[in-house]
Amino acid sequence: MIAALIIIGIIVLAAVFAIGNYNSLVRLRNQVDNAWSQIDVQLKRRHDLIPNLVETAKGYMKHEQQTLENITNARAKAMQADSVADKSAKETELSGAISQFYLVVENYPDLKANQNFLAVQEELTSTENKISFARQGYNDQVLFYNNKIQMFPSNIIAGMFNFGKRDFFEIEDETERDVPRVSFD
Amino acid sequence: MWELIRANKRKSFILISLMGTVLLLLGYVIGEFYSPGAGFGGMAIAFFVWAGLALLSYYSGDSILLMASKAKEVTHEVHPQLYNVVEEMKIAANLPKMPKIYIINEEAPNAFATGRSPDKAAVAVTAGLLSRLNRDELQGVIAHEIAHINNRDILYVTMSGVMLGAVVLISQVFLRSLWFTGGHSRRYRSRDRNGGGQAQMIMMVVAIAFAILAPIMAQLLYFALSRKREYLADATGARLTRYPEGLASALEKISKGNMQMKSANKVTAPMYIINPLADVKKQFSSWTSTHPPTEERIRILRNMMHGVNYKDYQDAYSKIKGKSDNVIPASGLKDQERIDTRTEGQPAEKTDDKKQKRDLGDLMRKLDQYAFIACACGLRMKVPPEYKKDKVKCPRCGKDNKVPPPELVATASAAAEAVDKSSRKK
Repeated sequence: MIAALIIIGIIVLAAVFAIGNYNSLVRLRNQVDNAWSQIDVQLKRRHDLIPNLVETAKGYMKHEQQTLENITNARAKAMQADSVADKSAKETELSGAISQFYLVVENYPDLKANQNFLAVQEELTSTENKISFARQGYNDQVLFYNNKIQMFPSNIIAGMFNFGKRDFFEIEDETERDVPRVSFD
Repeated sequence: MWELIRANKRKSFILISLMGTVLLLLGYVIGEFYSPGAGFGGMAIAFFVWAGLALLSYYSGDSILLMASKAKEVTHEVHPQLYNVVEEMKIAANLPKMPKIYIINEEAPNAFATGRSPDKAAVAVTAGLLSRLNRDELQGVIAHEIAHINNRDILYVTMSGVMLGAVVLISQVFLRSLWFTGGHSRRYRSRDRNGGGQAQMIMMVVAIAFAILAPIMAQLLYFALSRKREYLADATGARLTRYPEGLASALEKISKGNMQMKSANKVTAPMYIINPLADVKKQFSSWTSTHPPTEERIRILRNMMHGVNYKDYQDAYSKIKGKSDNVIPASGLKDQERIDTRTEGQPAEKTDDKKQKRDLGDLMRKLDQYAFIACACGLRMKVPPEYKKDKVKCPRCGKDNKVPPPELVATASAAAEAVDKSSRKK
């Protein structure tokens, strides 16, 4: 009798524990998804802005068709990517093509003074900033979630209900690389 | 982050309770002065004066402040860069909602944030600020303001500002009534009756002294509260943008163009990024100042060498100030995660003074609903909303141009905004 009660007690405790664990895993996964949607919105916006940019620049940059084509191609590839890892890679390529383009723009003062171009450039810069700020939040969430599904005992529940690992989102950009700063105060 | 906000709350709570004690003591002393034994009644009155003002400011303090500074709400269409920068910082700080954005039609460069909670927040900047700063600098200023919102500074600054107001109000009313009645209150009569003259005499001296001192004490507490918060907001701002130089050089530019704001006063001063009232010399008197000396804030930001987390700010602060008091609550210093500074954004374009002035003028006219008409000859005309005729002659080529009716000027910008919004939803 007592043994039976103890066993029932253990089963109830285990169930309560499992339910609590399951719920917190679901919550974390939703947070990751939510943080990802923040990035995704901005990536889409960047894709929407690029035709505008290319269209504005076309008239001025007769001799730089290659640079413009690179952007258009990188954009097309980035739009087809669907997994986070794939998007990381393709968006990095697109960022590279865009910074290449900005380097070339330096030689076209007329284009740089064009109101339309300045407006698109502002939107594009802002979108890139938003991506990098949102990325920080997303990667923090992913780290949290991945830790949870790999650590004992929540890894048992994660394994039972198929909570898979998530990928970090990284965009490597020249402007983001660590530059040592020197101060002479 | 939450730890930090909690530590912040604790500290403010202590300061606000101290101010509350000053307020209640003032009520008590004045009550005792008018009739012995009425001290607690006086306390109750002082409390109700404060509670009434506090409720008013809690529910409409932000709109009163915005109205007092004649701020105008703007959309993405009026100033895309400002809107974008605010949205960037909203994402970086993880605010639940996009803050409302206002522009103040004033040439002195300054900015403030308001709203009692992060989902009811608003950011206001002056037109002069927008015309002077480049993108990185503007981002630094907005990050500082968003930091105030995120650290819940606004609520505390408003609440304690109201408390200061209550103390000043009560002591002023008391001292003035004393002046007009010549001190002939019930005190004299009661003394004649029970002959407890000495105690009453002492009471009077205490009451007058307290009525004079209380506002000063309350002010010092209020300023102490707001100064600490400026440092913390700078630290959070640097962390959000990952680029302390932006805020540093913005502060430098703002303090150089130091001009008194027409629409600010002593109680609203702590809301601004730089004290809107002080002239350059006054910024060094530290006890009675709502803001730390600007030059010091700049030097601290420029000394953040290893990264931009809270620990880096604290290290720079200790180095510059030469003392080790904690400007960042201890919990914030556990933040050891290394966050690297990013490099400069778009290279700062050199805008000459003339263009700056023109941009500023255009922005102010846009806010005042001027119609902008481009003539075929290339001239751009700015037509004030008071202009009633439907045609305007171009001063250069003499061609008649149609003036859009004022409703259309307003709706045109609204429509452009709607289009823009739908394109960004895609």
